[in-house]
Amino acid sequence: MVSIDVQGASVDFPIFDAKNRSLKKSVLGRAGGRITDAKVPVVEALRDIDLHLQQGDRVGLVGHNGAGKSTLLRLLAGIYEPTRGRARIRGRVAPVFDLAVGMDPEISGLENILIRGLFLGMSRKEMERRVDEIAEFTELGDYLRMPLRTYSTGMRVRLALGVVTSIDPEILILDEGIGAVDAAFLEKARDRLRDLVDRSGMLVFASHSDEFLVELCDTAIWMDTGEIKEQGPLREVVSHYKGRDLFETLSPETLKRIGRERAPVVDDEPARS
Amino acid sequence: MAVPALARPGADDPSGADEVGSDLHGASPRSWKRAFADIRQAVAQRELWGHLGWQDIKQRYRRSTIGPLWITISMAVTAAALGGLYSQLFGQPIGTFMPYVTVGFMIWYFISACVLEGTETFIANEGLIRFLPAPLMIYVFRTVWRQVLFFAHNVVVYVIVLAIFFGQLDEPYRMINRMADGTQGVLHPGLSWTALLAIPAFVVIVANGLWVTLLFGIIATRFRDIPPVVSSFMQLFFTMTPIIWTPDLLRGGEPGSARAIVEQLAKLNPFYHFIEIFRAPLVGQVQSWTHWAVVGVITVVGWALALIALRNYRSRVAYWV
Repeated sequence: MVSIDVQGASVDFPIFDAKNRSLKKSVLGRAGGRITDAKVPVVEALRDIDLHLQQGDRVGLVGHNGAGKSTLLRLLAGIYEPTRGRARIRGRVAPVFDLAVGMDPEISGLENILIRGLFLGMSRKEMERRVDEIAEFTELGDYLRMPLRTYSTGMRVRLALGVVTSIDPEILILDEGIGAVDAAFLEKARDRLRDLVDRSGMLVFASHSDEFLVELCDTAIWMDTGEIKEQGPLREVVSHYKGRDLFETLSPETLKRIGRERAPVVDDEPARS
Repeated sequence: MAVPALARPGADDPSGADEVGSDLHGASPRSWKRAFADIRQAVAQRELWGHLGWQDIKQRYRRSTIGPLWITISMAVTAAALGGLYSQLFGQPIGTFMPYVTVGFMIWYFISACVLEGTETFIANEGLIRFLPAPLMIYVFRTVWRQVLFFAHNVVVYVIVLAIFFGQLDEPYRMINRMADGTQGVLHPGLSWTALLAIPAFVVIVANGLWVTLLFGIIATRFRDIPPVVSSFMQLFFTMTPIIWTPDLLRGGEPGSARAIVEQLAKLNPFYHFIEIFRAPLVGQVQSWTHWAVVGVITVVGWALALIALRNYRSRVAYWV
């Protein structure tokens, strides 16, 4: 059973190189300052997060830059263990974060595929079996033999998505970077991601793209200054976050595809436009 | 799934038995259970670090024509140059001194690389640690495995040197003829089947490389002054460890004399004992069991400290990198 259970979890980063305690400050600062801070300043990236996700949940993560979206994703991926509180993650996690990181620019795309797969818990044999499929999906062809540093951002996204979507993870964690691919591939990736989400357990997806959110998610979490500000149905939460109806800006094709109409809501809330 | 382990241990364990009501999930980040789960999962993912270790070597020599063969060549050049030079400086027969220097360098390279690159192990893998959930020990294994592969390239040089000087090594020999007090130097028995003792010695040295990498890696990730400090100390230890000189030179001082004191001080250097357990059998020298005893104690104490560090700070490393 795939599930994520987070109770009262906080993530505090100690910042060791911030010089808040120079000799000058500690001598002169006595007059006016209150240096309540510990020796090492701490950034509270997440505060008191309570979250319960289960099989079939498809969660969109919205919020301003620095609101804690990526940190939350890493907490859910098991990369950070909470400084306070608890986080239980059950299921095979496959995260896709910043696409430049975690890939070696000097080695070829094929080798990067293999290493990614091994990191995600596959064996070498299993990856070798999937390589053709990934190559086909990414449409990179002979380029896969080139070192990764010759790739454009979009090509890297293709590679990363190709790997995670081929290994059937139970919990898929996506950070916003995936918007960098071209429209045609986006279409393809979207289908594949939807497919994957239907099959696999859970998706948590941080994105600023309305289209992506609507296509892939059904609930949403609004992060603000390290806390969950609102959690609930996608349309509601994102509309509150954006201050306008989520469906308003979507193309008719998208709406049609997800089987929703824009009209009724716009009529309900004319003031929001 | 051949390898069920995916995320950091405890945070994720999809293998059925552990899944429901496992203590692991409830266990605090600082628990022995999670520390050992980390090691277990990293061992299970040996394909990963095995591949990464190879990758590191290929990486270093990418676009060079003879590639990793450079490792062997540079080792051969060092052994020939220093062996030749110092055998003349110390007036020692080259036939026994050259193999001595070669083996000393081989194992010193391994040990010092484990210490130096060990301190950098988590810092160098920052990108992976912050973006992919994986047991911490993966990076420790990767670093040490890379050194083992380097070492394997250097073994070739030993084989060549041995082939050249086998005649002088397989019979009893002296490194120096007269000691300080005028008596004859230590008579070494020459090569025999005891050479096989080098195999367990290397295994023990690798085990030490692992705890050093783990412990120093964690400390250095938190305190970034450690790597430069360690690297300057390693320079010092290189000169203080009998690699290009032989401890036979120190023997035979009168009790209380400066020479005798230096001889005792040299034994305080832990690297001396590590070098000796590996080198003595391979060049057919007399070996005192005290070296093994010292190494044994260091191995146990070191692993104990490293495990405590793993238990207490495993989950912090991702925050510190």
